[in-house]
Amino acid sequence: MDLLIDAFASALRLIVSGDSDLIEILLLSFYVNLTAVAIAMALAMPFGALLVFVRFPGRRLVIVLLNAAMGFPPVVAGLIVYIVLSRSGPLGVLGWLYTPAAMILVQVFLIFPIIAALTRRDITELWENYREQLLSFGVGPIRAVQTMLWEARFSLATSVLAGLGRASAEVGGVMIVGGNINHHTRIMTTAIALETSKGQLALALALGMILLIVSLGVNALVVLVEERRRRIWVSNS
Amino acid sequence: MSAVFGTSALARESIVLATTTSVENSGLLAYLLEQFGKESEVEVKVVARGTGQAFRIAENGDADLVLAHHPASEEAFVAEGFGVARIPVMFNYFTLVGPRHDPAGAAGSSDAFVALSRISHAGESGMARFLSRGDESGTHRREQELWQEANEPVDARTKEWYLETGAGMGATLSIASELGAYTLTDRGTWLSFGNRGDLVALLEESAALFNPYSAILVDRKRHKHVSDKAEEFLEWLTSAQGQKSIASFQIDSQACFFPANVSSWDLFQPSAP
Repeated sequence: MDLLIDAFASALRLIVSGDSDLIEILLLSFYVNLTAVAIAMALAMPFGALLVFVRFPGRRLVIVLLNAAMGFPPVVAGLIVYIVLSRSGPLGVLGWLYTPAAMILVQVFLIFPIIAALTRRDITELWENYREQLLSFGVGPIRAVQTMLWEARFSLATSVLAGLGRASAEVGGVMIVGGNINHHTRIMTTAIALETSKGQLALALALGMILLIVSLGVNALVVLVEERRRRIWVSNS
Repeated sequence: MSAVFGTSALARESIVLATTTSVENSGLLAYLLEQFGKESEVEVKVVARGTGQAFRIAENGDADLVLAHHPASEEAFVAEGFGVARIPVMFNYFTLVGPRHDPAGAAGSSDAFVALSRISHAGESGMARFLSRGDESGTHRREQELWQEANEPVDARTKEWYLETGAGMGATLSIASELGAYTLTDRGTWLSFGNRGDLVALLEESAALFNPYSAILVDRKRHKHVSDKAEEFLEWLTSAQGQKSIASFQIDSQACFFPANVSSWDLFQPSAP
């Protein structure tokens, strides 16, 4: 119990004092995770939608692999990206290892399958309703993807949150490629892992509480915005 | 590829230092980098891993400088042509820690070998457990050597009292605290460790627990992109100013690392205090 009280006290102290290290770590966490989600969205949503419309050999295999990849072990993703970005690896010349870019790459690797698979699921359901309509207008696949993504935007927001959730919780992969370097690649989860390993459990738990508060806030915000927009959209149509 | 992008032409003002967790977790490096930052523009990015992994990172060319604490591994790294030379930086002692009631009676031992023998005997009769890092870190490698030198063969597969955590020093100390087990720790992690519970230091400053730290520049003949700025940091570390900074670093007003004073190599011989 003492530990919990200590943790609450340190969390409060860190927040109230606006601890500059904490703010730096929080901002970097946002930067890495949001950039990764944005990149993953741009790639995964069209990909997931195309899987619904475009028939090609091996399509089912791709879907199975995509679904399985939703549970891809982060440490393995980190290891693969490390080997690729290492100076002795194929992309070593980029000098990305131990930079936020490497962390973003791991996150995209992990989030892409989640957003792509969930997009495919959402669009498959909608497609049943829209199919006749779109086909009767003679709409091409690109236009169809655009329309379906737009129509599915509310449920897709949840998929994006699932991706963001995976990114915010990630520690093993970003630790390997980021190196948890102070002031460069230290984010919330790696900072928590570090404090835990130092036996500073109260501080680690305090950081954990702050991470939870922040992700709770982000989720609440998205829900509120979506609810509002849905209401406006429903009343307009 | 590098000819196309001309990476060698890009002046790098930052270097990557691959090092053991003890110097990072204890706060020593943060303290030293603050001092170094007053005199230099070079930015030092610290990647803290076990000694084995730190060398692996450097072998791949992903670090410019290594700070490690396992002489045999350091010599191998230089002999294989990855590193330029071993430069002594500082030393301290490993600490044997265990539960306060010390069922093996390790505390009164005349040296580390006797203490390990006692733990082994207590372990065989089910009264004690010993935690090994099992992660190829400098501390783990030294621990293995100590058992060998003490003539007490250990094997996690056959000895039920000998457990491998496969985790870092801090995590291993946490487990030792929960299980009431013995373990070998570096002084830096021990002094800064905040979750000791019932764990106490049982043996320190035995000759066999001598723990020297050396820095090794990654050889540019092997990895051309290695930054020459690493030399600047190494020079500072071994300068009078750098050595003074190491000596003045304290945890709970206890000295944690002792400067190597590079002119006297003898400090680095295992026969030292």
